This record gives sequence, structure tokens and C-alpha cells, in this order.
Amino acid sequence: MNVPHSLALIAVIAAVTVALRFLPFLLFPAGKPLPPVLMYMGKVLPGATMGMLLVYCLRNTKITQAPHGIPELIACALTACVYLWKRNVLASIVTGTAVYMILVQVVF
Amino acid sequence: MNRKTFVAAARAAFPHTLPVMAGYLVLGFGFGLLLQSKGYGVGWALLMSVFIFAGSMQYVAVDLLATGAGLISAALMTLMINARHLFYGIGMLVRYRDMGKAKPYLIFGLTDETYGLVSHLDPPEGVPAEQFYFAITLMDQLWWIIGSVAGALFGQVAALPTEGVDFAMTALFLVIVLDNLMKQETRGSTLAGMACSLLCLLIFGADGFLIPSMLLITAVLLAARRFGRCASGEGGSV
Repeated sequence: MNVPHSLALIAVIAAVTVALRFLPFLLFPAGKPLPPVLMYMGKVLPGATMGMLLVYCLRNTKITQAPHGIPELIACALTACVYLWKRNVLASIVTGTAVYMILVQVVF
Repeated sequence: MNRKTFVAAARAAFPHTLPVMAGYLVLGFGFGLLLQSKGYGVGWALLMSVFIFAGSMQYVAVDLLATGAGLISAALMTLMINARHLFYGIGMLVRYRDMGKAKPYLIFGLTDETYGLVSHLDPPEGVPAEQFYFAITLMDQLWWIIGSVAGALFGQVAALPTEGVDFAMTALFLVIVLDNLMKQETRGSTLAGMACSLLCLLIFGADGFLIPSMLLITAVLLAARRFGRCASGEGGSV
């Protein structure tokens, strides 16, 4: 662990997050109308980013080497099934993660 | 801040934060556990939950810390993931206009869940709005801090075999993506995000695909706006 670099990373992440939260209040103090392109990006960027993050999370899955991404596939399918069945975010995350941990520690 | 009215504000705010409490305690716990599994203990969990206070970003931050990511790519990643907060701020411009001393903290604490509460709740009669929103924001952050510190402590004490706990982050985003795919208005942009990222992953590999993905996603979204509608029928008219 590189402590100074880790602290710098946290500072950068915190600063960008805070800046994004404050920016509208600084830019549009009197409720000025928003540029249409910003309105549009506000509608489409969140969805696209979530799609990107899902790919990011699975980026190190090696399909060509054993176990060929099978634990990921099973755990993702299970997470999805529990979510579609119960519509409960927490229940599906906990179930999927527990099964994945068993798969990578015990089965594969 | 008037103590008597603040007690009333806290009383009024507490029940509204209960659903957030359930979510933050569990997700925060997962975050703390994950962070601990990478060798970062309770102090780090506390530091991040106090100063960053952004759920999905903190999960990604664990990864950035563990892999020693560069500061610029961390900044870009934060920009992409938290860009949606810009629009929460825009939604709160009017409601938060006259919030006095608490205003900076109210803005700092505008997470997805807190925005979800304060954007539609009005303070009950006799409770000052500033204190009501302050109590909601503070309680939400407390639930998040308690969850993440408890997760880090548990990971330290229980010395669990934590291999695979990272999947919590995958599962979190998978559920959000599923939810997006079921809604007409977010289906196109979510599919576009996944397709662009997969393409860049194939071309640039796991270590370098993120920044190209962000650029490609931005370009594709802007092109979709300019050249009519996305496949799912969104975009062009805004």
C-alpha cells in the first residue's frame, strides 16, 4: 500500500465529487435555463455509465482460461434471477456475492 | 441552530431515512468489507465515507486504490460516474435557495438516495426547512459511515476468506443495469454504454480500456442526439 498515493487518490475523488455537486449552484444561481446539450447528457449519461461499470467489473474475467468465466456467469445469472423474481436489490446482491464466493473458494 | 426545533426536525426526518438506512448499512458494510480485503482498514473506510460519501464511486475507489490507479484516470472515472450529481443539484436549485448556514453541507450530501428523499419531501409544519433537510442528509451519511466502518471492522476481526467478495460491486451494477434495461427511457443509453465499453475492452485490453470507453460513449451519445434517435427511441428530441 502506497499511503501518500492512496491519500491523493481519495482527495482527487472527493474533490471531483464535491465539484460536481456544487457546480450547478455556482453556475445557475438564479435558476438560469440549462443548455439543451447538458439536459440531454443528464438524461443519457447515467445509464451509459452503469453499462460501462458493469463491463469494468467483469473486465478481468478470462474466458479462454479455466474456469472460463463460469463462476461469473453463474453468479450473474443468479443475481439477475433473484432480482427479477423479488425486485429486491439487497437480496440479489447478497445472494449473488455469497454464491460467487463459494464458487471461487470451494468449487473452482 | 435552534436546539428545540432541531429535535423536532430530527424526529420528522428519521422515519423518512429508514429505507436509506437499510440500504446504506448493507451496501456500506459491503464496501467496508471489500476495502478491508484489499488491506485498507477502518481508518480508510471512515475517511472515504466522511469525505467522498458517494456509494457506487466508493466501490470503484476500492479498485482504484488497490491497483494504484493514476490521479488523472481516477478524476475522469469520478467525473463519469458522478456526472449525474450535476443534475441532482439542478433539481434542487430552487428548493435549496435559502438554506443558510447548512447549505454547503446539504449540497455536499446530495447522494442518489438523499436526493431521492429531499427532492420530494416537504418539512412538516413548524419545522424549519433548513433543519429538516440537514437532519435527513446527516442521518443518511451516518448510516453510510456506520455501515462502512462496521464492514471494515468485521472484515478485520472475522478474518473471513474474502476471495470473491469483489463480486458485490459487479452484482450492484448488474442490478442497476437490469433495471435500466427494463425502462424504455434508459434502455438505449445503457446498451450503448455496454457496447462501447465491450468494444474498447476487446481493442485496448483490461488495463487501458476505460478512458477510450468514456470518450467513445460521449461521442456516441452526442452523435445519437445529433443524428436522430437511439434505437430504443430516445434522445433526439431533447
